[in-house]
Amino acid sequence: MRINGARTPFGGVRLHKCPTGIQGLDEITGGGFPRGRATLVCGGAGCGKTLLASEFLVRGASEFGEAGVFVSFEETDAELKVNVASLGFDLASLVKRKKILLEHVYIERSEIHETGEYDLEGLFVRLNLAIDSIGAKRVVLDTLEALFAGLPNEAILRAELRRLFRWLKAKGVTAVITAERDREQLTRHGLEEYVSDCVILLDHRVNDQIATRHLRVVKYRGTLHGTNEFPFLINADGLSVLPITSLGLSHKVSSERVSTGIPRLDAMLGGRGFFRGSSILLTGTPGTGKTITAACFAQAAARRGERVLFFSFEESPDQIIRNMHSIGLRLEPFVEAGLLRFRSARPTLYGLEMHLATMFKEISTFKPDIVIMDPITSLMVAGTDCETKGMVTRLIDYLKAGQVTSLFTSLTHGGHALQQSEIAMSSLMDSWLLLQDLEGNGERNRVLYVIKARGMAHSNQVREFLISNRGIDLVDAYIGPSGVLTGSARMAQSAREKADLLASHQKAALDKRDLEHKREALERQIGGLRSEYASSAEELQRLEDQVGTQTRLLTNQRTELGRLRHADASVANGSGANRNSKHKKR
Amino acid sequence: MAKLRAPGSRSRLSRIWRLRLYVAGQTPKSLVALSNLKKICENHLRGRYDIEVIDLLEKPKLSRGDQILAIPTLVRKLPKPVRKIIGDLSDTERVLVGLNLRPAA
Repeated sequence: MRINGARTPFGGVRLHKCPTGIQGLDEITGGGFPRGRATLVCGGAGCGKTLLASEFLVRGASEFGEAGVFVSFEETDAELKVNVASLGFDLASLVKRKKILLEHVYIERSEIHETGEYDLEGLFVRLNLAIDSIGAKRVVLDTLEALFAGLPNEAILRAELRRLFRWLKAKGVTAVITAERDREQLTRHGLEEYVSDCVILLDHRVNDQIATRHLRVVKYRGTLHGTNEFPFLINADGLSVLPITSLGLSHKVSSERVSTGIPRLDAMLGGRGFFRGSSILLTGTPGTGKTITAACFAQAAARRGERVLFFSFEESPDQIIRNMHSIGLRLEPFVEAGLLRFRSARPTLYGLEMHLATMFKEISTFKPDIVIMDPITSLMVAGTDCETKGMVTRLIDYLKAGQVTSLFTSLTHGGHALQQSEIAMSSLMDSWLLLQDLEGNGERNRVLYVIKARGMAHSNQVREFLISNRGIDLVDAYIGPSGVLTGSARMAQSAREKADLLASHQKAALDKRDLEHKREALERQIGGLRSEYASSAEELQRLEDQVGTQTRLLTNQRTELGRLRHADASVANGSGANRNSKHKKR
Repeated sequence: MAKLRAPGSRSRLSRIWRLRLYVAGQTPKSLVALSNLKKICENHLRGRYDIEVIDLLEKPKLSRGDQILAIPTLVRKLPKPVRKIIGDLSDTERVLVGLNLRPAA
């Protein structure tokens, strides 16, 4: 037996609970309905009272091994079987295996004439027989109010009802009694007066043409219980109540990374893309390429052999596949290979809860590695911001628990001011990318920012987001004096830079040529000078030689003169010297 | 009292009134009901009735067939259609109306 919230801190006797097995309801009631007592389920027409009661019995019989008796005052056995079969319960087989007994109590006022005192011992006998024949632990009475319509004497009826509930308690069965909701009180005939242990109120409201079912535990004696109104839904698997708070923040995290499918975007996210199991928000104004980015992500994942589930609330699968051809993205091979699954539904098709449940179901059957929702903002049409946030929280918790990476696109209005809902939504997200249109120079260009990326280094740069027939490319945007330059302005800037570069190349070549010329001229000059120098040296040599020859000739001449004068060579030399010194003294 | 004959009845057998009284033990209410029933039948259906008393405490399974809730319940099995009268049959007028022995006032 699952008991979650029924512990008493003082060690007292705790109330035994009878698990309903209904998804979410046991969480709210802290384990189920009070065991051995009666629970009143009330609500208006068509809000799922009978269904809740039958699921209580079916799950009791099939999951908890507790046989049950269904006493129907309105529907026949055959009708009941058909009704619950539509919810995936095989009542007939349970009946055959004596796990469930259907007891149709037929009352028709026109066939009954009252002639004095009576009691409802006949009903007691029938109930007793039914309970004992299969050893039932659970009893459903749907709905006792039919007695009020069938039996005229209300005083007797009320006394007998009081006796009935006492009797059921004494019998030790856990009973569920259904009743019609009334305007002023909980039930039309005040059944809550008799059943006071646990009262559950079901409600079916229509807001903006979208119906949502709600469940509330009005009272539950002796135990803690969730007091909120919880949305619930009825689908092919029966009832499921969606307690927003039932999931905690205790999921395991992965440090594995998954590529975005756009190499430059990976580079902006620390080079390796998103964390596995993280939630990513992609916001952008209309036509900024949200779906394309999502499709790139999907394709990259499918190419790695991962399973991708793509929920689209705006386009049909075929339309997305066709549109992606225009950027050279082929998704159909992955769809055929069963790696990529599209699910398209209009947001207004049903309420948020139904969307959520459908998504849960798809996710649990397909077991994807990546889930994409395009766009999450469409769902806001189906509910209020608060409801949508609650839904996204539950969805993200669910996905994170299963380590599924989720990408949500979100459509924003133009301008820079971010919507309040986006801010609220973004706190749930691990990474937030913003796609934006920049207008200028008579054109619109897309840019991409990484606003946040929890747990990883990421680029603070604005990148221009180019969509071509070869896919997505991110290029550096130019930051000029007038702001970020994109598109043709960026092209113009780029062209201007190219021209500048060319000009400077040309100028350098020219300068080089000039220098070359100058060098050549200098070299020529140097050559001239060298030859001039050489000729000067030659001249010098010639002069030196000439001087030497003259000196020799002079000496020879003098010697010849001396010989001719017959003078002694030595005397001649000495007198000559003395003559010179005499001249100096004068 | 030709009026008392069930309309459309042809054979003698069909003119026999088959009445079944459901009780649960020998409670005062049951005993009162049975004596009231006998009195009414003697007065209005002498020789043409057949009363079967079923005690549900002994044969609880029989409660399903006639869809018995209240005790005591008198069921007119024949002539058709089946009619049910609940209570201790102390209000004779209502019993006669209920059994269609007297048109409703």
